[in-house]
Amino acid sequence: MSQNGRERSPMSPWREGFRRLRRYPSALVGVLIIAGLVGTALYAVLAMPYSEAQKLWRGGEVWYDLPVNASPVWLDRLTGGQAPPTLKVSSRDAVTTTREFENVTIQQLILPFDFYYQQFPSELNLFLEADFTQRQPFVRLAWHTPDGLEIPLGARRIGAAERISISQDQILTRRLGLPPQIGLFAQDQSSGVAPGQSPAVRQGSYQLVLETVHFEPDTEIRAELVAYGRVHGLAGTDHQRRDLLVALLWGTPVALAFGLIAAVGTTVTTLVIAAAGVWYRGWLDAAIQRLTEVNIILPLLPILVMVGTLYSTSIWLMLGVVVALGIFSAGIKMYRAMLLPIREAPYIEAARAYGAGGGRIVLRYMVPRVLPVLIPTFVTLIPTYVFLEASLAVLGLGDPVLPTWGKVLHDAQTQSALYHGFYYWVVGPALLLMLTGLGFAMLGFALDRVFNPRLRNL
Amino acid sequence: MMLETGADLNRDRAWMRDLRRLALFVGKRLVALVVTVLVGVYLTILIANMGGKVDELRLVQIKTAAAEQIRADPAFHDLPSAEREALMQAQVQLEVDRLRLDEPFIWRSFDYLYQAMRLDLGRAEEMHSDAGSRQVYNIIVERLPATLLLFGTANLLVFFVSVYAALGLSRRYGSKLDRAVIGLAPTSAAPAWFYGIFLILLLAFVVPLFPAGGMVAVPPPDDPWAYAASVLKHLALPVTAMFVAQIFISIYSWRTFFLIHASEDYVEMARAKGLPDRLIEQRYILRPTLSPIVTSFLLMLIGLWSGAIILEQVFNWPGLGTLLFEAIGHRDTPVIIGSVVIFAYLLAATVFLLDFIYAVLDPRVRIEGGRQ
Repeated sequence: MSQNGRERSPMSPWREGFRRLRRYPSALVGVLIIAGLVGTALYAVLAMPYSEAQKLWRGGEVWYDLPVNASPVWLDRLTGGQAPPTLKVSSRDAVTTTREFENVTIQQLILPFDFYYQQFPSELNLFLEADFTQRQPFVRLAWHTPDGLEIPLGARRIGAAERISISQDQILTRRLGLPPQIGLFAQDQSSGVAPGQSPAVRQGSYQLVLETVHFEPDTEIRAELVAYGRVHGLAGTDHQRRDLLVALLWGTPVALAFGLIAAVGTTVTTLVIAAAGVWYRGWLDAAIQRLTEVNIILPLLPILVMVGTLYSTSIWLMLGVVVALGIFSAGIKMYRAMLLPIREAPYIEAARAYGAGGGRIVLRYMVPRVLPVLIPTFVTLIPTYVFLEASLAVLGLGDPVLPTWGKVLHDAQTQSALYHGFYYWVVGPALLLMLTGLGFAMLGFALDRVFNPRLRNL
Repeated sequence: MMLETGADLNRDRAWMRDLRRLALFVGKRLVALVVTVLVGVYLTILIANMGGKVDELRLVQIKTAAAEQIRADPAFHDLPSAEREALMQAQVQLEVDRLRLDEPFIWRSFDYLYQAMRLDLGRAEEMHSDAGSRQVYNIIVERLPATLLLFGTANLLVFFVSVYAALGLSRRYGSKLDRAVIGLAPTSAAPAWFYGIFLILLLAFVVPLFPAGGMVAVPPPDDPWAYAASVLKHLALPVTAMFVAQIFISIYSWRTFFLIHASEDYVEMARAKGLPDRLIEQRYILRPTLSPIVTSFLLMLIGLWSGAIILEQVFNWPGLGTLLFEAIGHRDTPVIIGSVVIFAYLLAATVFLLDFIYAVLDPRVRIEGGRQ
């Protein structure tokens, strides 16, 4: 008699609807896109736990070996470029020779690496770690180019852990006449490079030779040379050396969860409240109507911005406010109009005859009746909320700890990414947002044509 | 003669009855709307003041400012510390009295409400207009033309193009063009600022045809024609972004709307009678659908008022959206409340106007007043 009986019958409106849906190619494309996004979200959550994603996105030392603002590798390779990735040479794979003297040990470390790329590295850093108890070891650095040239890089005492920014060495820059990360890799300058013309890369095997003087027995140094590239990974990096892939991956579950919860929260509660108002009438209905009218006057985005600025930008608070303000939206009036005739329907009377209470009638009889009409609205609402979250993030009101697509866009905006030509920085998150929007909208529009009886024959 | 007067009297009486019902209906709506605006504005006041918490921040700010002022002034350097302390207290007390911070927030909130409802917008706390005025009214009025220009142009364009195109499409639905528009409708899932970013990328940086932001070239040209040309050039990208973001969904929904009304029985009947298409369109489709069209047109006009915070941010457009965002950032509650109040009033006035027009035009509403 009730719900279950109808659903089991072969021509239930649901199954019938989904059978019709399969005839729309746009619905299939939409479902494919959504499946892809859900897969990505699952992968992100499984591969990188929530706490780790947060830690990575906070940035700092974790990303010491990534270049700043590197574009994705595939982008460079597709356009036929051969920009260098980041090269790392560590003293673990270095050739070490040690000579013992009285009180002093001299150790020679050779860090070799091959450089066969068309562009110069973006930065050159040397990380040194030494263990000593009192007297700091002393190190002299020399750069050996493929054609046997030796460029001294100075000498210094080293502490327990040190970072030598070779590419920011002012003296070396003046001596080379070029920034070190270019000058050290450039073709011979003596043949003459016209000012303004960029020098060419000298390809081949390079060596960084470290000659360390140890003043204590049995001490050692560990060295790591990092020649930062101009490309990195699938998504590139941002101004804080963070791998954008973290944000793009983790942005997926965040966006989907936000969109889904907000859409479900608003549509289902709105429907239940509208049904309750229609069924119980009287002051409840009047109160719901007046609340809706008040709420329509309040502008959503400014209130969200206010809450974000004055209270907290936590994504869950935002979600709560969105749902709270979304419940008494204009949708209530629409559902009310749909539910009013249903209230008088014979099957409701039948339910009352067997003694069903008000709550049962609202939840089991009235709400399920309009649910099919609600589904397209609900699906098309999801991207609206996904974009709302991105909008808030673009305004600088994104969640402070979570990586989201909107926050990447915000960073890109504040760093003038477009002006500087870091297009990948904007295009990556924008493309994902667009895909989400398109996927849900395509499915939603097809569902609308299937489930909305007035549209069915058009 | 007698008969005519009787009919006249009857008509007069019917007129009076209708008028009375109309007045009753209008009065009820008016009261409901005023209450609605009252509650909405009061909620805004509560939120913008964080339920009174902004006052604590304000008090701390006043105290630091006073302390800083006295510390920095060389005239007070020789004063003993107790006297300086007293001076500081006096200054703080002066400010507190001025802003009436010693009263409970609840009392002041009703006071704010009263002022807001009287449209006495007051003075801004932090912000000032570009001309230097601290009056909230001047600050808002200064930004209004920019917002009206941008959103007026874009929304009017979208509205008329979409209604016109939708009429055309509903006439030959199922055609390739119709299906293309349906296929493109999902692109409207993205908001205008999103397309704005791409337009800036393509047309301002990759191919530098248009400026990336702002409303007029810097420095603004002196010649009015050159000025207008510069504004037009700056207007192109944001208007295009809004147009692209809204046009397809707008055409789609109007098209569906017209199609639903075109399949009504009375339209079929007119078709069966062999009336020309244009006549059917004007008399049988457009006339009954006029009220929803007018409603959405008016609501669109009201929507202009709030601008769009993010689109204006992306294009660096000096409009009301940017103003509101700045005001929130400065916690400048008078400016926030001022713009929300004006929005609420405009919306309420529009709704009232619509109710009134419907009541006059639609006989069903007129009857409702008399139905017992």
